[in-house]
Amino acid sequence: MPVKGPIASGPLLAVSNLTKLFGSFAACNAINLHIEPGEIHALLGENGAGKSTLVKMLFGVLAPTAGEILWMGDNVRIGSPGDARKLGIGMVFQHFSLFEALTVAENIALSMDRSISLARVAEEASRLSHVYGLPLDPNAHVADLSVGERQRIEIVRALLQNPQLIILDEPTSVLTPQEADRLFETLLKLKAEGRSVLYISHRLEEVQRICDRATVLRHGKVTGACDPRAETPASLARMMVGNDVAVVTSEGTNTKGDVQLEARHLSVAARTPFAVSLKDVCLKVKAGEVLAIAGVAGNGQSELFDALSGEYPVADDNAVQIRQKPVGTRNINARRLMGAGFVPEERHGHAAVSSLSLSDNLVLARNQSDKRAFLGGGFLKIIRQGAVKAATKRISEAMDVRKSGEDPPAGSLSGGNLQKFIVGRELDRQPAVLIVNQPTWGVDAGAASRIRQALVDLAKAGSAVLVISQDLDEIFEVATEIAVICEGRLSDPYPARELSREKIGLLMGGMHGKTEGAGAAHAH
Amino acid sequence: MRIELERRPKVSALFSILSPFIAFALTIVFGGIMFALLGKNPVAALYSFFVEPLSEVWSLHELAIKAAPLILIGVGLSVCFRSNNWNIGAEGQFIMGAIAGSILPVVFYDWQSPLMLPLMLVLGMIGGALFAAIPAFLKAHMNTNEILTSLMLVYVAQLFLDWLVRGPWRNPEGMNFPETRTFGADAILPEMLASGRTHWGFAFAIIAALAVWFMMRYTLRGFEITVLGQSERAGRFAGFSSRKMIWFSMLFSGALAGLAGISEVSGAIQQLRPVISPGYGFTAIIVAFLGRLNPLGIIAAGLVLALTYLGGEAAQLSIGVSDKVTRVFQGLLLFFVLSCDTLIHYRIRLVRERFAALKTDEAH
Repeated sequence: MPVKGPIASGPLLAVSNLTKLFGSFAACNAINLHIEPGEIHALLGENGAGKSTLVKMLFGVLAPTAGEILWMGDNVRIGSPGDARKLGIGMVFQHFSLFEALTVAENIALSMDRSISLARVAEEASRLSHVYGLPLDPNAHVADLSVGERQRIEIVRALLQNPQLIILDEPTSVLTPQEADRLFETLLKLKAEGRSVLYISHRLEEVQRICDRATVLRHGKVTGACDPRAETPASLARMMVGNDVAVVTSEGTNTKGDVQLEARHLSVAARTPFAVSLKDVCLKVKAGEVLAIAGVAGNGQSELFDALSGEYPVADDNAVQIRQKPVGTRNINARRLMGAGFVPEERHGHAAVSSLSLSDNLVLARNQSDKRAFLGGGFLKIIRQGAVKAATKRISEAMDVRKSGEDPPAGSLSGGNLQKFIVGRELDRQPAVLIVNQPTWGVDAGAASRIRQALVDLAKAGSAVLVISQDLDEIFEVATEIAVICEGRLSDPYPARELSREKIGLLMGGMHGKTEGAGAAHAH
Repeated sequence: MRIELERRPKVSALFSILSPFIAFALTIVFGGIMFALLGKNPVAALYSFFVEPLSEVWSLHELAIKAAPLILIGVGLSVCFRSNNWNIGAEGQFIMGAIAGSILPVVFYDWQSPLMLPLMLVLGMIGGALFAAIPAFLKAHMNTNEILTSLMLVYVAQLFLDWLVRGPWRNPEGMNFPETRTFGADAILPEMLASGRTHWGFAFAIIAALAVWFMMRYTLRGFEITVLGQSERAGRFAGFSSRKMIWFSMLFSGALAGLAGISEVSGAIQQLRPVISPGYGFTAIIVAFLGRLNPLGIIAAGLVLALTYLGGEAAQLSIGVSDKVTRVFQGLLLFFVLSCDTLIHYRIRLVRERFAALKTDEAH
């Protein structure tokens, strides 16, 4: 499909001094940016750098406080997503807005002019999806589709408007490596047609692979504009983070000891209609090992964590073993008393209560395991504030937790600092077994490297560490063994050094190493 | 165009403290308007409603008598509400406590012993707790909404009391009045002070408030209540059981409501009648919120709400308005407390844009 309208000689989109204030907080502070026709432009930055705010202003979801947006040289005011679409801007959001009960064509039709018949929409959608290598069955129900396929619907929906600029917000965060490869091919095709892409990501490898230029944001300001191919990942990270990110080192060999954590044929029925059931999961983590479990989100990771932590004990006592003792039916505090520590995925409302102080949140995780130190007064169980505050201080110093004041509410900390505290809260006990779900999800690069180093060091000191993560970079940084979870089934573990990303990708797509040849052919 | 509540980025600490006072001031203003609409002089009416009852010793005693059940129940409810369990049936637990505590002086009326009174109080607490156990069981094991079950059980308790005092427990020497025997001397909760009628129920209320304040502030149990109220999932991570908390908070508040019931009957009425409460169990919900679910605040709030009962009686006599005015004032007060709290946490926004719905979809 040719691009409509005259091709202006200047930039397609230029933004000057664009500012968005929330109260007195500047989410975007005098941003300057220009996108040329036919380029893939990366918008890089950590969580909270202002990427989403900027994009929402470009798509008419948020109104700028100051500054101007020039579209093909004209000063425009984008008051709504409808305005943006009329100009020729399409957007694919990180979180999809699809109705699961409707078909692909029906979902697409919802965003179109009502006068167009459903049959035409379906025809057009399947033609577009064919042209751009985004195979889609217009009559399939969304509920039956994978995350990658759902993303294709969003992309096709955006393409139907014939946009000249397509904005993609963290598109690969939910994709397997193979699905991501296919997405990149589509993007290059769009570029070849003269369309522009604004590609938001914090994954440096991807940006270097497909983007022509990059604009880096930090704390709401532009900190750099560059050709990502001329940079190294370290130099890009420096622009994003502001200082050199420490590289996680795992030198020297880990001395492996006895099995400390084991799941034996662990099966758990789904608790809710949206949960995944665990099917015959077997795993072993020895002292000195870091077993990482990779997988696309929503394949049973949370359910596995719940069963291993004892937040939801299982019926078979032998199915979970901590330090070679059956604990399947025991609760989380009984497992903590046996030397295990746990870090759940969700910080707010699970690992911590946002409105409570850090010291209260320390009591949250350690009210039984440290009751001698933290509780007094016999049956009254009076919390010893002095001891708890001292331990809070110790943990904050050990993990370099930056906070306002001595003992602020957990909700006032940034994601990275709160996560450092939550991990530090467990490390402080020197647990023999540590189970972590998504250790650095939504955490800035500096904090992430600190947390990963701490996990590696804990294993070196002789603990068994289980890391559940969707981030392959993270997995390769910390793991000694890797297994993959897909639809509630866990693959066999592989030594981290012998496993390639491609192999992991196949396992993430459900090829459990048994039908490798056929599986590879099918996946491509 | 529609109205949206938008969460404020920061909650003002000053207004959080001022909120109950602002609510009380607004109640006074609107109460004055109401009196003016009724054709009364608002200043004189408000004076006789809120000030006169405080001007004499006997009426201060009446204030303490009315505040005692409000504080006792309110303190129990604060534990419930803080743990996210919504016991609305304290009125029924109050009545069942009164009935259970009255078994001894009504059925075994010729038994005389110094143990009589302590046993009555214990039975009263058990009665209230057992009645609260019904919604607790239904919520913990059947996933039923405790707001509905506890509220509906109030009517069961009221009708059960009515049947008792008209039927099996009616005083055989009472000329067919629907009343039980009057309690013997051993069964009466004595007065605390020589100057008036205030009985030991008021002391129980203050002790309960201080004990719960201590529990919430210093002990692991208080911490557990707070955590489970804020996030059940975080509570589970801490090893706390929300199911056990349903039982604890419901039984605890039921027991305090039952204690309030038997104290009221034994100290103030000294027999059972078809109606033994002017809605203490419901008013205590207002007390709990006006006191910001803080036991010390609840003491103050209990006194304020007790004043609305006294003021209603006084206004009935001195300016000739219906005692329903009390209910109006209580309703205004609850309304303003809740609206002040809402406006502290949220601001009102008028939404005009056509794509407002899209925005909310994409915000998360």
